[in-house]
Amino acid sequence: MTMNADLRRERAAATFQPLLLTHILDGGPERTRRRKEIEALVLNDPDFQHEDLNFLSRSQRYEQAIRKSSLMVMKLREYGIADPEEIFWFKRTCIGNVPEPLGLHFSMFQKTIETQTTAAQKEKWLPLARGVKIIGTYAQTELGHGTHLRGLETTATYDPATQEFILNSPTVTSIKWWPGGLGKTSNHAIVLAQLYTQGQCKGLHAFIVPIRQLGTHEPLPGITVGDIGPKFGYDEMDNGYLKMDNFRIPRENMLMKYAQVEPDGTYVKPVSDKLTYGTMVFIRSLIVGDSARSLSRACTIAIRYSAVRHQSELKPGEPEPQILDYQTQQYKLFPLLATAYAFHFVGAYIKDTYHRISGDINEGDLSELPELHALTAGLKAFTSWTANAGIEECRMACGGHGYSRCSGIPDIYVTFTPSCTYEGENTVMMLQTARFLVKSYTQVSSGQQVTGMVSYLNDLSRQRIQPQHVAARTVTVRINDPVSLVEAYKARAARLVEAAAKNLQAELNHRKSKEDAWNRTSVDLVRASEAHCHYVVVKLFAAKLSEVSNAAVRAVLTDLCLLYALFGISKNTGDFLQAGILTSAQITQVNQHVKELLAVIRPNAVALVDSFDFHDVHLGSVLGRYDGNVYENMFEWAKKSPLNKTQVHESFHKHLKPMQAKL
Amino acid sequence: MALLETSKYSQGSVLGSVNPDLASERQTASFCVEKLTALLDGGAEQTRIRRAVVEAIQSDPVFSSENQYFQTQNERYEAAVRKAVHLQKKMHEMGWTENGPEYKYIYRALSGDVAFLLHRVFMRSISVLGSDKQIAKWIPLAAQLRLIGSYAQTELGHGTYLQGLETTAIFDIATQEFILNTPKISAMKWWPGDMGRSATHTVVFAQLYIHGKCYGIHPFIVQIRSLQDHSLCPGITAGDIGPKMNFEAIDNGYLMLKNVRIPRENMLSKFCEVRPDGTYVRQGSQKINYFTMTAVRISLISDEVLTPLMKACTIAIRYSVVRRQSKLKPGEQEAKILDYQTQQEKLLPQLAAAYAFHFINNYLQELFDRGYREIQRKNFDMLPELHALSSGFKAVITHHSTAAVEICLRACGGHGYSLLSGLPSLYTKILASCIYEGENTILLLQTARFLIKCFMAASAGQPVPPSVTYLAAVKPGKCPAKNKSDFLSPDIYTEAYQHVAVRLISSTAAKLQDLIQSGAKKYDAWNQCTVQLVQAAKAHCHYITVKNFAETVEKLETKAGIQRIMKHLCDLFALHGIFLNTGAFLHDGYISAAQMDMVTASYLDLLAVIRKDAVPLVDAFDFTDKSLNSALGSYDGQVYQRLYEWAQKSPTNKMNPAYERYLKPLLHNALSKL
Repeated sequence: MTMNADLRRERAAATFQPLLLTHILDGGPERTRRRKEIEALVLNDPDFQHEDLNFLSRSQRYEQAIRKSSLMVMKLREYGIADPEEIFWFKRTCIGNVPEPLGLHFSMFQKTIETQTTAAQKEKWLPLARGVKIIGTYAQTELGHGTHLRGLETTATYDPATQEFILNSPTVTSIKWWPGGLGKTSNHAIVLAQLYTQGQCKGLHAFIVPIRQLGTHEPLPGITVGDIGPKFGYDEMDNGYLKMDNFRIPRENMLMKYAQVEPDGTYVKPVSDKLTYGTMVFIRSLIVGDSARSLSRACTIAIRYSAVRHQSELKPGEPEPQILDYQTQQYKLFPLLATAYAFHFVGAYIKDTYHRISGDINEGDLSELPELHALTAGLKAFTSWTANAGIEECRMACGGHGYSRCSGIPDIYVTFTPSCTYEGENTVMMLQTARFLVKSYTQVSSGQQVTGMVSYLNDLSRQRIQPQHVAARTVTVRINDPVSLVEAYKARAARLVEAAAKNLQAELNHRKSKEDAWNRTSVDLVRASEAHCHYVVVKLFAAKLSEVSNAAVRAVLTDLCLLYALFGISKNTGDFLQAGILTSAQITQVNQHVKELLAVIRPNAVALVDSFDFHDVHLGSVLGRYDGNVYENMFEWAKKSPLNKTQVHESFHKHLKPMQAKL
Repeated sequence: MALLETSKYSQGSVLGSVNPDLASERQTASFCVEKLTALLDGGAEQTRIRRAVVEAIQSDPVFSSENQYFQTQNERYEAAVRKAVHLQKKMHEMGWTENGPEYKYIYRALSGDVAFLLHRVFMRSISVLGSDKQIAKWIPLAAQLRLIGSYAQTELGHGTYLQGLETTAIFDIATQEFILNTPKISAMKWWPGDMGRSATHTVVFAQLYIHGKCYGIHPFIVQIRSLQDHSLCPGITAGDIGPKMNFEAIDNGYLMLKNVRIPRENMLSKFCEVRPDGTYVRQGSQKINYFTMTAVRISLISDEVLTPLMKACTIAIRYSVVRRQSKLKPGEQEAKILDYQTQQEKLLPQLAAAYAFHFINNYLQELFDRGYREIQRKNFDMLPELHALSSGFKAVITHHSTAAVEICLRACGGHGYSLLSGLPSLYTKILASCIYEGENTILLLQTARFLIKCFMAASAGQPVPPSVTYLAAVKPGKCPAKNKSDFLSPDIYTEAYQHVAVRLISSTAAKLQDLIQSGAKKYDAWNQCTVQLVQAAKAHCHYITVKNFAETVEKLETKAGIQRIMKHLCDLFALHGIFLNTGAFLHDGYISAAQMDMVTASYLDLLAVIRKDAVPLVDAFDFTDKSLNSALGSYDGQVYQRLYEWAQKSPTNKMNPAYERYLKPLLHNALSKL
């Protein structure tokens, strides 16, 4: 089928070459080439063809996912693909963006065995895991306990007589709940439990627990395991529950790289617990990248559809215009497009930083870790909240059709939205960042200098000496200059961190307990963290511009960067006004400039989403198809609906006909 | 006492005793829950009737929604048809009629999970748009379900903008018939409920052509399926549009017409008629039709928006006193998550909004009843105002409530994502309300058009409708508050809201004028101001909501603690709105930076106050466990036990064919066999 005329026109009118921007997003032309090469392996492979998942039941979707995971294991081996990023490209092309029941086996289960076992344990378990002789998952969360790890109730009591641990789920609330792949797929689990030895509780430790019989896959005696039922999305995933009743495992099944229990029950303490930070930073940085990708996909669908859809009249007597020509539509979508780009650069930054310092971490230098840990916690929350709301906004911008599963956006949303909760609930994450910010503020107040992303707090003490400084700042903000806008965001973050820290101090002065004071300030603290993260995003986006060599691409990215920064101000004018960073007159200018930028970006909108370079398979959307042939394909799609399997639905014979006969 | 009165509604639970963490919340209520329930219902008698209807429906196993979270689209659809058929019988048995006081509670008792909702719209459109003769012919058939109707307006390529519809109805004088056609794919009817599988008839909106001349959009009754065997009629292509985010029970459909002929009498002709010779005649005023559209927007607020919002608040708040997480004080047990300020900040403003919207809905209903009486007296003066209010409030309330339900969902941590929490389906259902019956942005622009017009009129000293008279009294000035307790004065914050609304409307009007004076075309100027116009319309609705809440509180009886707690909620609703939009209030210095800190302080203080009554405030909504259908929100608070028991019923726990087919070969390294 030919390309929709509207989309063809849009693409012809772009002022830059999308491929050059794709290279930037991928990290270079060579990586773009390799990515497409790997994607082609999947796209051209008939084994990976499948029915539209929207028409399958949960059990069927689970089965499809298992089939594809199994196939993938084989194909990856066949092609010799081992680089994590290349595996990621391969996976997302063959299983789309749905979760994978075997996902936790490849990530958390293997990674934990790699990092937390002794040499002997590694030798035993790693080949089994890598060769998929066993399938494992990672069981931490319990029915009654999530983010607060110390509250977990599962127990592992050491019995020196038999040199075994006895695992128990003592209460309903202690049942393991939610782990992916636990319900139906796994035959082993790494279980987090409170260790008891010699009558004392030694806190949480990890144990490898077999849960299903090899060969028959039946649950082992003492194990109750199953699927937790349907969720908001994640149909493929058998999130599971696990209840253990005096279940015994050998002593060697405790992961003993750090802490150990000796045969007689003596407990040997671990050296440092900061090391686990590393993994958390890594996983949260992946969520930042996922925020960017998920939002990019939603933007791609909404913007292409808005170029294809015509509605109402703008000028009397003329044909219905593309809905992308309405200012309100641009105002919904373009700031999100700018946000998607911003988050791409933030995700890349965190990943690079993590790789840069992970060498230091391995050598025991943990000095940079607290800041990176605090930063990623906040950015995980900031980006996932924003992307979550943005995906919904994109769906709403597609009107009624956005609500149909054929738009693909409902799927993006339900797959993405749990990231606001998993790997650290967002509010809790924001408060972790706040703790770091308040600590840094306290250091500055006591005369020390702080470094890194919080170094702007150093300026606060100077400002106090020169009270005119803040007022003088107002006129210096140039709303056309990204660098100047970074300063404005910096000032806002500084003021909100300071306000939160002062409010916290005031609560403490009321002789409240530390915890009470913290709780009573937590709304302020979250605001401060948000402002800090917002500043970091604007800063990283602005910094990226200078790295772009192609003038046309740099120009369009500069427009997006300005839009991101100015839109953020227009949505938070109160902060900038209250702190005296901007005047009301400047705010009016900011609002006006946002609208001007919408018109500037309009001709490049389709090219900007094309640059994300999602294949139609990645989008899974009829509305967002590259060729724009939306309506024909919606009809084709609907015909496959299960309700259309027969011309006359069985409920006619069962209910309607008998009723009408009786009347 | 509240406990004893309501405990009988939790009988459906197998679990028995109330979780002590929830029980303790109910013992400290500062007001009488039963009295508040009666207030919400509009009197104790209404409460009694409602409970009787709910009891009659929910004790009938045919209406059970148990296990619906595990069902496929086909199963949900079949259940909805079964319920709709059974409902006819039930109504007869119970002596309920469509005009009786019980009727409006049936839908609530069924949680909307019933087929043939569009059948009602079909009937209403015939009653409103049909001639007396047409009404006499079709309504009895429809009332007895001898036929099943639908309402086909939206097309694949066309939604809110009716003039853009492409379906055609060409009058053929020779045979005295209309010939209906779907000329291209974007003209296919798309989305109408009950049309995919159930309907035998539908009202089709099409461009009327006589002698080659187009007369615009008109409604036609078209039979689409056989009354004998339900097969599609000749020339008809129809089916289900496929899975959506929710509404699994509804067969939203598509319809393609190819030279479908219907008799001349099938054009609904109360207002427009095509005579046998092809003469087109307009008669009477169509304004009543216009009124119907606005009435629908108001009528959906209660069942489709407030009910899910109140349910979501009930679930999230009850769960938040059962769930314990981390420690607030060292050495103590883990704290209830509702004791965290951040959790209160998420949930309590949504609770306040539920009450604010309940009261504004009452206000709108009264206004509409009055408008309807006027219209029956052929006085159409109130129409523009009613239209503007219905559009704006539909948009503001659906948007705000949708966001609120999502906040409730995410405030329940991981378990909120389980369908068994009930929250995902509340969310996916309520969010459709932002689109149907008028896309929200478009509706807000309609309100804005009215506001700009009124502002211009008021500035020129002309009279304006009552809800916008404040636009005439533009006064500059500053907020007089001196300390944080001043912000608990309704006069202070209502005035602030009014100020912002006036500022946004007047500055947008000025901007429009400027653009036009500097040579911009009217439509261009309008499009360039639409972002501001939307903000202005929202500010207007927000102001009216706050004002109405404050006035309602004023009139409440002071007994039984009701007025006091409602006053707290009103304050919270108002201050939260300022807290979220500080920029709008700071912009021209109406509220100063120092005053804004007072607003924040006052707002945060209120959270702790309302926290104590949070559970009684949701208990007052009086939802049964069956209505909530939530493992997290049940009256007894036995959250974990219920989640565990319900999960075991999942079909995924019945068998696992994937093991034999794929996992076993994988584990045995027999991958090549896959």
